[in-house]
Amino acid sequence: MASTREIRRHIRSVKNINQVTRALEAVSASSVRKAQAAVLASRPYAQHAYDVLVNVAAQSTGVARHPLLEVRPEVTRISVVLITGDRGLAGAYNTNIVRRAIRFAEQYERPVRWITVGRKGRDLLRRYIAARERDENAPAFLKDQKIVAEFSHLPADPDVGDIAQIAQIVFDEFLRVPVDEVFIAYTNFINTMTQQPRVLPLLPLRPFEARSREIMELVAPEPEVKRRGGDYIYEPSAAAILNEVIPRFTQLQILQAVRESLSSEHSARMVAMRSASESAETLGDLLQLEYNKARQLSITSEILDIVGGVEALKQSDAG
Amino acid sequence: MPLEVEVVSRVRRLYHTGHAEMVIIPGSEGEMGVLPNHAPLLTTLAFGELRIVEGEDVVSFVVYGGVVEVRPDKVTVLADDADSVYELDMVQIEEARNRARDLMASSPSAGQRAEIAQELRRVEIAAKVHGRVQGRSPRVRSVGDED
Repeated sequence: MASTREIRRHIRSVKNINQVTRALEAVSASSVRKAQAAVLASRPYAQHAYDVLVNVAAQSTGVARHPLLEVRPEVTRISVVLITGDRGLAGAYNTNIVRRAIRFAEQYERPVRWITVGRKGRDLLRRYIAARERDENAPAFLKDQKIVAEFSHLPADPDVGDIAQIAQIVFDEFLRVPVDEVFIAYTNFINTMTQQPRVLPLLPLRPFEARSREIMELVAPEPEVKRRGGDYIYEPSAAAILNEVIPRFTQLQILQAVRESLSSEHSARMVAMRSASESAETLGDLLQLEYNKARQLSITSEILDIVGGVEALKQSDAG
Repeated sequence: MPLEVEVVSRVRRLYHTGHAEMVIIPGSEGEMGVLPNHAPLLTTLAFGELRIVEGEDVVSFVVYGGVVEVRPDKVTVLADDADSVYELDMVQIEEARNRARDLMASSPSAGQRAEIAQELRRVEIAAKVHGRVQGRSPRVRSVGDED
């Protein structure tokens, strides 16, 4: 059995860890409430905006044309916006979304130009891309991928202005590079215990049809958009409305994805830190028990020594 | 057939009803009354008062730009920002107006000037709508009493 001093040292370090995880849990708990409130408050607007976008994209008349709605016949390369956190210690939050995005890219079999939001995603992706470059058996489309833009340190409560640059890059990718499709990989917030990594088509706007079931399963099912009553009348004009609505609502989709991800990250971190605190406590209790046993053992043996010594003295006196 | 109306701003959902009879929208091309079974329409919002007529009630909001989607059975108002008129406080509006005027007087840069002008416009509209709704007295008034 370990000496009491060793056990004491071990207990102290477990207690320190427990303090750190408790502090992190408390910090996440306070951000989680704010982030959850924000994400739930802005969700109705984002969902309606998405419905309008898809409705506009599905218009049958030629009037409703906009460069961001252009469906290209051949998809030669794509962009993926990958949203992760800047920091770790959030359980499987970062790896889950990165893994899903990578699986999507491998199944889609197109060269990807990545746009990363969050340091963790960038780091994990860099490692993955470097590994593919070394791998001689990797197919060409996997060797031909790179990170074209990276963002980090978004504010805790992002607004349209904070993601304007990300949106600008997305538009540039689609209109200038050009890539033929843009996707966004983010973590959908469901509740504190559950978050769902998903890949959503962002541009061009249209009901998404994938070539295989595997891809369809990786891409989130689109919310069902109710389309009724034929084509829109545009006031003042189709061009004016589309120019105003399409870029702005696309920005909002990105913003909502960022908000969903932030909320998911805080929740994941809070839960991970809570379970770490609980493990530290259990470990602390076990160590305390062991320490008590060791202490009792040493006391018992000391008493035995004394009693033995006294007995020996008595016998020598008697003798 | 009643009309479903939903009013959302970027930061919250302000109102949702299943039985409106008419919606009066401050469109960028002028005020527009929408009745059930209107043809599908997409238009931009100006700054102004949005009124939803429900039986004897008129529910009123101030909207500051945005988009409206009209479908035969539903009107969705996606406002950039919006206030419920009944939440507006004249004292706060006055304070905001004075603040904006002071700022305007302190020779701001061109960028700030545009921002302050926007804020002033917001405050003016809020004050005007607030006054108009006050004039209509209590919360409930029949549509016939409209000016």
